[in-house]
Amino acid sequence: MTDIGSSRPAAQAFELVLDKGESRVAEFEVRARSPLQKLQHFLHANPTAVPAIVLLLSVAAFGFTVGSRFLSTFNLSLIIQQVTIIGVIGAAQTLIVITAGIDLSVGAIMVLCSVIMGKLAVTMGLPAPIALLAGVAAGAGCGVLNGALVTRLKLPPFIVTLGTWSIFFALNLWYSASETIRSQEVAKIAPLLQALGTPVNVLGARFTYGSFFMLGLVALIWFVLNRTAFGRHLYAVGDDPDAARLSGIRTDRILFSVYVIAGVICALGAWTLIGRIGSISPQAGQTANLDSITAVVVGGASLFGGRGSIIGTLIGALIVGVFRNGLALSDVDVLWQEFAVGWLIIIAVALDQWIRKVSA
Amino acid sequence: MSAGPNVPGATPLLQARGLNKRYGRVTALDHADFDLYQGEILAVIGDNGAGKSSLIRALSGALVPDAGEIRLAGMPVAFRSPLDAQAAGIETVHQTLALSPSLSIADNMFLGRELRRAGPLGTICRMLDRKAMQRIAREKLTELGLMTVQSINQRVETLSGGQRQGVAVARAAAFGSRVVIMDEPTAALGVKESRRVLELILDVRRRGISVVLISHNMPHVFEIADRIHIHRLGRRLTVIDPKSYTMSDAVAFMTGARVPIEVAA
Repeated sequence: MTDIGSSRPAAQAFELVLDKGESRVAEFEVRARSPLQKLQHFLHANPTAVPAIVLLLSVAAFGFTVGSRFLSTFNLSLIIQQVTIIGVIGAAQTLIVITAGIDLSVGAIMVLCSVIMGKLAVTMGLPAPIALLAGVAAGAGCGVLNGALVTRLKLPPFIVTLGTWSIFFALNLWYSASETIRSQEVAKIAPLLQALGTPVNVLGARFTYGSFFMLGLVALIWFVLNRTAFGRHLYAVGDDPDAARLSGIRTDRILFSVYVIAGVICALGAWTLIGRIGSISPQAGQTANLDSITAVVVGGASLFGGRGSIIGTLIGALIVGVFRNGLALSDVDVLWQEFAVGWLIIIAVALDQWIRKVSA
Repeated sequence: MSAGPNVPGATPLLQARGLNKRYGRVTALDHADFDLYQGEILAVIGDNGAGKSSLIRALSGALVPDAGEIRLAGMPVAFRSPLDAQAAGIETVHQTLALSPSLSIADNMFLGRELRRAGPLGTICRMLDRKAMQRIAREKLTELGLMTVQSINQRVETLSGGQRQGVAVARAAAFGSRVVIMDEPTAALGVKESRRVLELILDVRRRGISVVLISHNMPHVFEIADRIHIHRLGRRLTVIDPKSYTMSDAVAFMTGARVPIEVAA
């Protein structure tokens, strides 16, 4: 930094004394930090570090207590299968949460889309690819409704999606007539809908196409968030919408498109859902809504926007999966799984608050 | 109303006539006029609520006036958004700085005008050219003597107030090819950092770019402004030459304690 005090005459009388003062301008103070502050800074700079550490610790803990039944390749790959749907829906939720929004309708969109795909392909006999595309279009349509209500009517995303959650779920019950399409029927008439459930065995590990589909989606979203202008703008809009607007970003257009993209991802989640459970039920995926928010929050994203990563969400989903699987193998009652996941959310948010208080 | 005392006859670079803006029953701009000439520093002063910010927002595209005309180099322009003004070479440093704290310095400098890779990676995959953006950001900050930050990829939220101001000014100076508007650039800064920003403003003018400086700091205004636009009750009251008036005169005009002769006449 230029040494202004001595190189140039001070222009204002009161600035004459500057010569005698320190000549540094806006430099970094190197302060001694306590180990706790160092940790806080490290976690602030590396938002995915916390979930990554928690994941490793929980795998180690269950490996220690449950033993080889938990640590077997088969079981670990099973956990990846179990988190496929949360991973996909969590990806949609991540994009929304980065913009400081929240989408409570993701689960309902997914179920509605799966029912539309099944009805069109199995009951009405349309070609499966067309039914699939129709489901994706329906997901986009749900996103258009959410996005329009958020950006045109300026309603809070929480309220909008609380409303559309009920609306989409009611439409789902009406369209499906509350009837489940059996797995055998789907397999006979439209096997494409179950394609993502196809198992792949690799060295004792058992994956499905759906697992790879989820990982591919996560990679794609990572690229968009970190390597494209659209991704950077999502963070900017979530961080400070006014600043983003003054920087020339069309904030409403970004917000609108993120809800539409989330809707499309939910429709893809519907495809993985059918692959996972085989049948098509209007009652399936009831927990996906809150599970997706849990994965995002446990993955280190901030509900206040501007912070979060897709890798974090994937790890968050895996943490929840590991907890559920590990506790189930420990013969612990399901209610304690819920108990543990509940604490996980609260601890994750408390940790986020602490990290945000980092002093510059 | 007369043109500036030291630029008779020239066409203003940025000109506004009869700008109007009402918010319900509040009139923010009441037939406001504005003239900025090539290569000058024009200070805009006025009491709180005089409509300075509305004027600046209209000129920077952040506000669309209800009526009135803006001309850039004699040609009428209609800014519907900050992007339009930026495309015309007008950059603004807002009082709030308009930075995104969780993004890096380089990301912030290129926010809204990112560079993409050459070839299909850029056109089809929409991939950003991060290397080029980091290099240019580093060059611009160094040019302005602000490169004390540890890394161009540091998040803005880790910077001090002065450093953030520096990033915002560097962004405006780097992209503003014709006009740089600065809204209270020294309000949040210490004495030394303020001095640095004033030097930056002089640097920008040296490159032939016109500067609009909104400030409440009379010593700073009288030190570096070529002309002073006094805003009162939503319109331009008068434009004075800082060499022929004192700070007390300017304060008297802007608070209504005194009426300039040309207006009274």
